[in-house]
Amino acid sequence: MKVERKNTNVQTIKEEPELIMHIEGLHKSFGDNHVLNGFNMKLYKGENLVVMGKSGSGKSVMIKCLVGLIAPDSGYISVMGKEIKDLDRPTLDDLRSDIGFLFQGSALYDSMTVRENLEFPMRRHRAKLGKGSDLDALVLEALENVGLAEAIDLMPEELSGGMKRRVALARTLILRPKIILYDEPTSGLDPITAKEIIELMRSIQKKYGTSSLIITHDVDCARVISERMILLVDGINYVEGTYEELVKSADPKVEAFFKK
Amino acid sequence: MGTTKSLTGGIKDFFLEIGELAYFAGRFFKEVLRPPFEYKELIRQCYQMGNRSLVLVLVTGFIIGLVLTLQSRPTLIEFGAESWMPNMVGISIVRELGPVITALVCAGRVASGIGAELGSMRVTEQIDAMEVSGTNPFKYLVVTRILAATLMLPLLVILGDAIALYGSALVENFKGNVSFQLYFNKVFDALDYRDLVPATIKSFFFGFAIGLVGCFKGYYSKKGTAGVGLAANTAVVFTSMLLFVIDFIAVFISDIFYDL
Repeated sequence: MKVERKNTNVQTIKEEPELIMHIEGLHKSFGDNHVLNGFNMKLYKGENLVVMGKSGSGKSVMIKCLVGLIAPDSGYISVMGKEIKDLDRPTLDDLRSDIGFLFQGSALYDSMTVRENLEFPMRRHRAKLGKGSDLDALVLEALENVGLAEAIDLMPEELSGGMKRRVALARTLILRPKIILYDEPTSGLDPITAKEIIELMRSIQKKYGTSSLIITHDVDCARVISERMILLVDGINYVEGTYEELVKSADPKVEAFFKK
Repeated sequence: MGTTKSLTGGIKDFFLEIGELAYFAGRFFKEVLRPPFEYKELIRQCYQMGNRSLVLVLVTGFIIGLVLTLQSRPTLIEFGAESWMPNMVGISIVRELGPVITALVCAGRVASGIGAELGSMRVTEQIDAMEVSGTNPFKYLVVTRILAATLMLPLLVILGDAIALYGSALVENFKGNVSFQLYFNKVFDALDYRDLVPATIKSFFFGFAIGLVGCFKGYYSKKGTAGVGLAANTAVVFTSMLLFVIDFIAVFISDIFYDL
């Protein structure tokens, strides 16, 4: 807590936002390819943070390190106060139930229906939602949130790209995560569908008060959704700021992102 | 010089792959005994594998029985040993041809299917999505498939043997006027536990090899659609090679027991 003394003799107490994710000095290499060279990042509760970078800049590697899908070479990663590398499998799984992950290509299980896709994460984390919780009602609610209740019995192959992304978002929401990680949420979508997805992300954030980390190279997506941005260049957080601050930057590496 | 280098590189890669496969098998034995057990998925995989290969195994077995009898008849007649036909066909099918041909058919059908399925799940991040949702993908995808292949192959071999003997009996019935009852009586008289036990044990090992290699190739499939095709293709080649090695070892060991 920070105590600020104003000119008036009244003391006001300013709450420091709660740190929910913290990365410090993250390094990751694949052979001679040094992808992350000391990346730092802080995500605060309820915040929408966008990490932008060129393709192959290590954005997806970074986000996968956050949930323990890739082991970093070195560096500190903590999520909700727990250091990832110290966690055993059951604790990591419990922590993961508080993190939703929207994969770049939706990653729906193509041998399962939409309903089964949404039920799958509840196999291990049913207790989190309460013993008496109605599975069907939860699935339906998650699908209604993304406007796809009618697709409940369809197979992923019967869905369009935008529908797949929305079902994946519903699957992400089913465990009521506190944090949602979006890996290129609009890539491969037409501009109209991309806009719909962005609107959906905003409405979800408003409804559930989740913190979001969005990895993208889509400037329009970053403009609409970001409260704060980090540019990932050469494996480090090159620059940080709001969209408005970054767009005005005279740095050629920053300018290159926003040039039309 | 270049050829020698590439040859030693190839040999090194081969032994590295064998080492990785052994490690993968070790992980299977570690995970198979550890709860939670994925019974539902195991039953689904057993059904899928049996269902996927049954028709092919039956057709192949029937034709093998027919052809073996048709081609052996003239020689046996020439030596006046026509009455030995059920003994010869019965022993060769039960001991060797049934297990090996069924396993090769399943290597083409099941190992390639598993390789392609897991490979495409890896490439489309479905395996990562499973991991993030708190389900151990190795247990859910690999352990169930290897177990299913190990359990289903001996059943398919029994069915394959039966239909091959029926095919042979049909030829004998048409050409030699031998009744089905007499034919099968002679087959069962010729067979004893020394024929049945090694063949059955061998079939379990064949099934294990098919599941193991298919899963190994698919689970570690490289990125991209080309990687999926390669996983399916190498799964068949590697499994077929491994089947002959297992067969040689099995015959060698059972031969020792025969001499005792």
